[in-house]
Amino acid sequence: MDSSTTSATPRHGVTGWFANRVADVGDMAITMVAGIGDVTLFALRTVGWLFSRRQRREVLLPNFYQIGVLSLPVVALTGLFIGMVLAVQSYAQFKALGLQTRLGSVINLSLVRELGPVLAATMLAGRVGSAMAAELGTMRVTEQIDALESMGANPIYYLVVPRFLGCLVLIPTLTIMADFMGVLGGYIYSHAVLGIDYHHYWANSREYVDAFDFLMGLFKSFFFGGAIALVSCHHGFHCDHGAQGVGRAATNAFVHSFVLILILDLFLGIGLNSVQDIFRPEGPRKLL
Amino acid sequence: MTATATAPETTATPADQPLLSVAALSVTFGSQPVLRDISLDLAAGETLAVLGESGCGKTVLLKTMIGLVQPTTGAVLFEGQSLSGMTERQLAHLRTRYGFVFQGAALFDSATIAENIAFPLREHTRLAAHEIDEIVSELVAEVGLPQTVLQKKPVQLSGGMRKRAGLARALALDPQLVLYDEPTTGLDPIMSDVINELILRVRQRPRTTSVVVTHDMRTAHKVADRIVMLYPLPRLEPDESQIIFSGTPAELDHSTDPRVRQFVEGRAGQRLDELREEQARATVWQTAAPRDPETAPPGQQEDLS
Repeated sequence: MDSSTTSATPRHGVTGWFANRVADVGDMAITMVAGIGDVTLFALRTVGWLFSRRQRREVLLPNFYQIGVLSLPVVALTGLFIGMVLAVQSYAQFKALGLQTRLGSVINLSLVRELGPVLAATMLAGRVGSAMAAELGTMRVTEQIDALESMGANPIYYLVVPRFLGCLVLIPTLTIMADFMGVLGGYIYSHAVLGIDYHHYWANSREYVDAFDFLMGLFKSFFFGGAIALVSCHHGFHCDHGAQGVGRAATNAFVHSFVLILILDLFLGIGLNSVQDIFRPEGPRKLL
Repeated sequence: MTATATAPETTATPADQPLLSVAALSVTFGSQPVLRDISLDLAAGETLAVLGESGCGKTVLLKTMIGLVQPTTGAVLFEGQSLSGMTERQLAHLRTRYGFVFQGAALFDSATIAENIAFPLREHTRLAAHEIDEIVSELVAEVGLPQTVLQKKPVQLSGGMRKRAGLARALALDPQLVLYDEPTTGLDPIMSDVINELILRVRQRPRTTSVVVTHDMRTAHKVADRIVMLYPLPRLEPDESQIIFSGTPAELDHSTDPRVRQFVEGRAGQRLDELREEQARATVWQTAAPRDPETAPPGQQEDLS
């Protein structure tokens, strides 16, 4: 769609000024709708190729290594510090109420439902998403994607599906890692620095955090993983020419993935809360 | 206006169907037209060179021939079948009959040279690993590279070696039609001549057809049966053909069209006048602007007062 046609004929005068602003809004709306349609088609083609042809091991493994293994340290560190920071920030309030031993329930509930999945996904959008957009963007600029097509190979099958699968499988796995490290970090700080009794810390955690909370966070991370892969690969595929184009693709991949993570988090949270009310009207159950 | 360039009778009889036809092709990116009403036929076995200034749409024309760029209007027909009407699968299958040599070689960075050359063989044949290795080894020898490059990554090779590895990859499936995008650009004269020799060797393969996009006159003269010259659309009148020359290399040398002569002789000519005018305009603006209190920046306005 050629959106330039509307803005190519500027009008003059006060009426013209308003007409131009309306035209600008129209241009933006058209660009946005076209962009969403483009990403949707890209996602549908990716899912189509995911099921129509098996991936080769030698293509999958390097991508899984890049996404999963190389992200482990940064995700573990993120999780550990979130847990500790939660303990630092919550302690004073709980102490004022004389409820220090309830710290475990708050830290662990926040971690497994929200902070673990969202912050792990945010960190991975930065580390994995930007890298994927920059790599695919460079391949676009240096005509490597054209080369794939010219040899009768499908670039979505070769470049997007392995990354999409990697994110879909490994981002939830890394979220479990972030959750675990966060729980550990929160406990270490609460017990070793704040001196909270370990028995009460874990007893309260078990009372308020159950499998549903953990699975809710994990369920969301599948969507975050898929969103990071699709948005980042799409930006890489539609990268503008030159170093600036690659840089912009990498930045936009992170920013748009992050915004999508927040939007998905809100709507999945609302949806999952409704599910929780249906299946668990009696309130929380014990995790173990 | 349609410019039709027909193949010389020596390479194809009138009864022969062209291997590839470009019919009334126009390509527009956004609001910018790049190609307008291009028509040409490519007979099996001939080598066509497409000449023209940078930015005249040569590479776009080459990419439409393999379906990497979609025509805005018109069509590209391979053996009479339109590329636009093909399904993704049909187009992928057809592309196994093409070989494309990219300007920057476009080798996959993350793979070795051996993996790069083996890629089309692994993708489209059921050959055993050792058979693929043998073919890769032969192809590397054919383009004059030592076997030691096989385990190297593209970044470890020089520009000329990368181009030759790109050519080896393009030849892997024994293509009927080889498309070269600026094969000698960025290479020293000796390496350029090596590449020209390789294009000639590819030409000698039975029934191999080639299209060479270049602005190197030596390449065009050395390898082409026929030359087509494109002209940038912005400098053409609406009723003028974008193909300003079509003929043999010998005919090109005797062309009287000043635009063709200018390119052949490598003279800036009118472009130099345009450049001078542009510079003069910029100088006038720079000297005039601060003297005009209406248009001068705020700091300079104070100085003037």
